Amino acid sequence: MEEEKFEPKIAAFVCNWCTYTGADLAGTSRLKYPTNVKMIRVPCTGRIDPVFIIKAFEKGADGVLISGCHPNDCHYNTGNFHARRRWILFRQLLNFVGIDSTRLHFSWVSASEGKKFVDVVTEVINKVKEQGKFKKYEKINKEFAIHE
Amino acid sequence: MRIGVFVCQCGENIGRTVDCPAVAEAAGRFPGVAYSVEYKYMCSDPGQNLIKNMIKEKNLDAIVVGSCSPHMHEKTFRKAALDAGVNPFLCEIANLREHCSWVHEDIVDATKKAIDLVRIAVEKVKKNTPLTPIRVPVTKRSLVIGGGISGIQAALDIANAGFECVLVEKEPSIGGHMSQLSETFPTLDCSQCILTPRMVEVYQHPKIKLLTYSEVENVEGFIGNFKVTIRKKARSIDESKCTGCGLCVQKCPIKKKAYNEFEENLAHRPAVYVPFPQAVPNIPVIDRTVCTYYQTGKCQMCVKVCGREAIFFEQQDEMITEEVGSIVVATGYKLYSIDKKPEESEIKGYGEYGYGKYKDVIDGLQFERIASASGPTSGEILRPSDNKVPKKIVFIQCVGSRDESKGFSYCSKICCMYTAKHAMLYKHKVHDGEAYVFYMDIRAGGKGYDEFVRRAIEEDHVKYIRGRVSRIYEEDGKYIVRGEDTIAGKPITIDADLVVLATAMIAQPNAVKLAQTIGMSYDKYGFYNEAHPKLRPVEVSTAGVFLAGACQSPKDIPESVAMASAAASKSLVLFGSDFLEREPTVAKVNESVCAGCFYCQKVCAYNAIEKKEIKDRKGNLVKVIAYVNSGLCQGFGTCNAVCPSKSVELIGFNDEQIYAEINAL
Repeated sequence: MEEEKFEPKIAAFVCNWCTYTGADLAGTSRLKYPTNVKMIRVPCTGRIDPVFIIKAFEKGADGVLISGCHPNDCHYNTGNFHARRRWILFRQLLNFVGIDSTRLHFSWVSASEGKKFVDVVTEVINKVKEQGKFKKYEKINKEFAIHE
Repeated sequence: MRIGVFVCQCGENIGRTVDCPAVAEAAGRFPGVAYSVEYKYMCSDPGQNLIKNMIKEKNLDAIVVGSCSPHMHEKTFRKAALDAGVNPFLCEIANLREHCSWVHEDIVDATKKAIDLVRIAVEKVKKNTPLTPIRVPVTKRSLVIGGGISGIQAALDIANAGFECVLVEKEPSIGGHMSQLSETFPTLDCSQCILTPRMVEVYQHPKIKLLTYSEVENVEGFIGNFKVTIRKKARSIDESKCTGCGLCVQKCPIKKKAYNEFEENLAHRPAVYVPFPQAVPNIPVIDRTVCTYYQTGKCQMCVKVCGREAIFFEQQDEMITEEVGSIVVATGYKLYSIDKKPEESEIKGYGEYGYGKYKDVIDGLQFERIASASGPTSGEILRPSDNKVPKKIVFIQCVGSRDESKGFSYCSKICCMYTAKHAMLYKHKVHDGEAYVFYMDIRAGGKGYDEFVRRAIEEDHVKYIRGRVSRIYEEDGKYIVRGEDTIAGKPITIDADLVVLATAMIAQPNAVKLAQTIGMSYDKYGFYNEAHPKLRPVEVSTAGVFLAGACQSPKDIPESVAMASAAASKSLVLFGSDFLEREPTVAKVNESVCAGCFYCQKVCAYNAIEKKEIKDRKGNLVKVIAYVNSGLCQGFGTCNAVCPSKSVELIGFNDEQIYAEINAL
């Protein structure tokens, strides 16, 4: 019963110039996707500190999506390259920390790819649904009652 | 903190799928929220007045508007906040339309999500701080790099508007490639006749400082405040004394040692030379690599004939510093030289066409010189090898362009037009001659352009053959051109007297170096990238730097001139005010904890991180730390993410603000 009703929480860190605008386009085009995803807007994927991701998992996210401009399209020229390099290393660290790295998703979605944004979000949600709830921090959070 | 939450229904756009009264009600219960309300159109005048009135009435010090995307109305609501006395950066937008009502269908789920989005925005705004836009002074002078038609146009426009302008040209004269052209398409105007008056205008303009034979060495600073170092190469002639009489050029005994670059190596020039008769400034340059004096210390013929004692053998390169507010880059193009492979390039070239091996296989600019009245043949069409009139001439288009395997994948844009012009000029001068053009497509988009090509075909009977040439070889003084006629579907062989290759336009060889000096991005071919391909075609991603002409992509003259005027007007927009206002969302260093590792400096794409020395009262150096030049910082925050001690914060998107958002997810 509980399992059936599971609706994952997805935190999406998106850059202001490409993916946020792409998500706007998805809205303007009236495309549909599930409500599970909530977006946090940052200027550039280069701004995203790996700690943000861990924090999101800690605060109850079941999956995290990171999306920015395609390589070479970065509004700030190189921000997404720095981000990409960072994620390659960070992904491996995640498992070490005890967070299943397959819950972390990356994609490039440009401002003109409203459809792609919907596809990516839907895919991430479905995948996390299959994986089930992320319980690693549940107990700690309850004990210390940090959250809400 | 007293926060006001304003939920917009956007008519039915949000209201249909999001229960706005419920969102406003829920928001009213969030900690810190003092007032919440919903309204049909928050962006309308009554809606904005509602915000302003409630800020005053309820004594609010921050607001959250649940409405459309911040890309739509963030500015509107920030201004409303400002009007009511709340700092505009204490206004946050929750995107309830594009990211919620328009993309979801279930009203219960959508309302729930809308409440979450408002909560995230409320938590963020709690961490926001009042900010004031950064004001930077503007130096109302401009630097134009490149003295071709684009640079000339940009410099004249800026100067005619009343602002000073420094025009830097690396060659001894301004004029660029346009001064080499014989006639221009589609009107067959004489190129020099329309260009030289402009060149003279530049020279005589009181607001233009012309630096020829000079190159930009270094660029520091940021929009409104650039500091540029220019190397003025030694001409070995004292410019203040020279009258341009030309006696030294006439008497110089070195006649055959150096090729004339202006004549595209079709003629020779002396060691002391003026590139072409109408050169501006009309002051010669001594080529130290061939001048006898610099080899043996003897000769000095020029010194003997110069009545003004203007020859200055010991002259050194001079470094000039100029302070400018904007930079117009108009460095133009080069023709792809196909005989030799560019160094470190994967481009294979066209050895089978024999360019460089056969004297009578020439490129487009060489044909321009042959057709030009001021050229080495005085405008008579004579082939370089034996000075005979070619009776059969073959033009080959797309040599290097649109050819990924041997050249570049882009279209050089002007070759279709100038080849039609060349064929026409040839037919006008050699009435009994035959002209063939090998082409892939005819791309003649432009006013009067297609008509021009039709005229070449129909009135001047130029024979157009659709197909590529596989090989050119010499046989009995003729050049056998073997190709394919893809319309007739058979191979074709032409015994030509002269072959003209329309080689690709490529970026200047030092384009990448200049891009790195200024901080511009460039594509894989070395052409400079515009800030936005559709809406910001003359700006680059570095603020205050503008592009003009073929340095951005292959272009013809009218396009280059239009772009130059656009770049000039962009500079003038900048000069319209004494101060620039910039978004204050830039990085800032916490000086007390910065350890000076300078990781931030390594990742900054804008050279905005500088080193700052911290000294004690006695003046002893305590430590060196990072300092953000807020004029240069564009606020993308990679420095914040990489800082190991979290000493750099991106104002507006600092760690605390983002953690607040994550906590509210």
